[in-house]
Amino acid sequence: MDEFMLIFRHQDGSKLVSPEQMQIWMKQTMDWIGGIAAQNKYSGGNGLPFDDARVVRSKNVVTNGPFGEIKETIGGYIIVKANSVDEAVEFAKGSPVLQGEGNSVEVRRIAKGDGVH
Amino acid sequence: MEEQQGLIPHLFRTEYRKLVSVLCKRFGMGQIENAEDIASDTFLAATQTWGYDNIPPNPTAWLYNVATNKARNKLQRNSIFESRVSKELKNDLHSSDQVELDLSPENIIDSQLQMMFAICHPVISIEAQIGLSLRTLCGFGIGEIADAFLTNKETINKRLLRAKEKLRDEKVSIAFPEQNEIGVRLAAVLKTIYLLFSEGYYSVSKNQTVRKELCVEAMRLCTMLVEHESTNTPQVCALLSLMCFHASRFDARMDKNGELVLYDEQDTSLWNTDLIGKGAYYLKCASGGTDLSTYHLQAAIAYWNTRKDDTKEKWENILQLYNRLLTLEYSPMAALNRTYALSKVRGKPEAIAEAEKIRLTNNHLYFALMGHLNTGIDNAKAIDHFYQALSLAKTETDRQTIQKNIDKLNVAPR
Repeated sequence: MDEFMLIFRHQDGSKLVSPEQMQIWMKQTMDWIGGIAAQNKYSGGNGLPFDDARVVRSKNVVTNGPFGEIKETIGGYIIVKANSVDEAVEFAKGSPVLQGEGNSVEVRRIAKGDGVH
Repeated sequence: MEEQQGLIPHLFRTEYRKLVSVLCKRFGMGQIENAEDIASDTFLAATQTWGYDNIPPNPTAWLYNVATNKARNKLQRNSIFESRVSKELKNDLHSSDQVELDLSPENIIDSQLQMMFAICHPVISIEAQIGLSLRTLCGFGIGEIADAFLTNKETINKRLLRAKEKLRDEKVSIAFPEQNEIGVRLAAVLKTIYLLFSEGYYSVSKNQTVRKELCVEAMRLCTMLVEHESTNTPQVCALLSLMCFHASRFDARMDKNGELVLYDEQDTSLWNTDLIGKGAYYLKCASGGTDLSTYHLQAAIAYWNTRKDDTKEKWENILQLYNRLLTLEYSPMAALNRTYALSKVRGKPEAIAEAEKIRLTNNHLYFALMGHLNTGIDNAKAIDHFYQALSLAKTETDRQTIQKNIDKLNVAPR
């Protein structure tokens, strides 16, 4: 069994949402994750808050955000166990992130660190 | 006569473990069997000398005196017959008249807590930890332990003997763990206490008295941890809270014949409100900190289960708690209970879709859940699932519960 990282990409992360909306998303996300965990296929994950985000560029240029110049921002990730990329894709399809038009979930297999990956 | 008959078993239950712990702490884990012998002999002496009306004014002090004397005698005899003693002990032997046992309340508590850490040491198996805890920390008889584990005395004796040898060989010390490892060691102690409790709460043994005793003892050990400064952590409080909430239903979940009464059918007037209150108190204590353990989540779920009304709020909360619990630690039971909560929040069809994904096809509870979810939606399918559950069920109680569901469906119009 492989591990896959599901990376949540938001088209516009700087958009403000109400706390109520945030709470609904949180609940939906936890229900989605709970469903994966109930299959014993959840390995871990976390949200990546936009506040206190910085981008460090060459020549030590530090900018706030990744917002503005970049259209997409990463809002979080989870790591799942799956027998194939197709199974991981099925998990990804349930992500509430996809309710937002333009948002996406990137599915990436995690290298096993065995020198072969 | 009657007083004496009740007194010695009572004292055995409360004092045996203290004597053994103090003696072990004094002379080391290597002497655990001698410690047990001394404690047992002390009670034998009490039985023989107290007789009908010869109960000493302070029975506990009497026991402590006799135990101290017996420890001295044992050491003297050992010094004559045995040469395989440690240097440290040899020094003791030369001056065995001066052997003093520190039987102060503080040392009695410390010794028992330290013994708890020693017994719940990862070098011995979890079954052995539970067995030895029951014997040494709870003063259970071998017969009672055998009863609880549905096995015979010989098996238990062997298991305990091996465990004690292992603790001796590995030189497990009777002391509070170092600060840097207290988290890990305390986690092991809590796991044993929780399994001890579960053994009483969920075991298939029909011996109701022993089962209840197991729960009471698990709660007592946990209370000792809560009451001691160095071990009073949010996790310990959370575990105690969890056990209080569960134990509050102890009298309601068994009928007169020892048959299990399902949650939905329980007489709530039999729920113990004192324990529910205690559970709530310790849950509050547990929230002091940033640590959110599986015990916290389970205690919070158990709290919602002490409220019988079928509200949306209740099931939404339970669902979220199971979601989080599963991300911390997967267990088939949590996966099944989460799916049940999901059916309460979002309806059966959605829960069926999720249940089909968890596929715990060797677990009778999985098929019982599938049967339940399909009831009223596709009764024929529900019956099929219940029959599969029936074929996998391991206890008579489970089979009866499942059969009842089948019978109900068979009379209902399809």
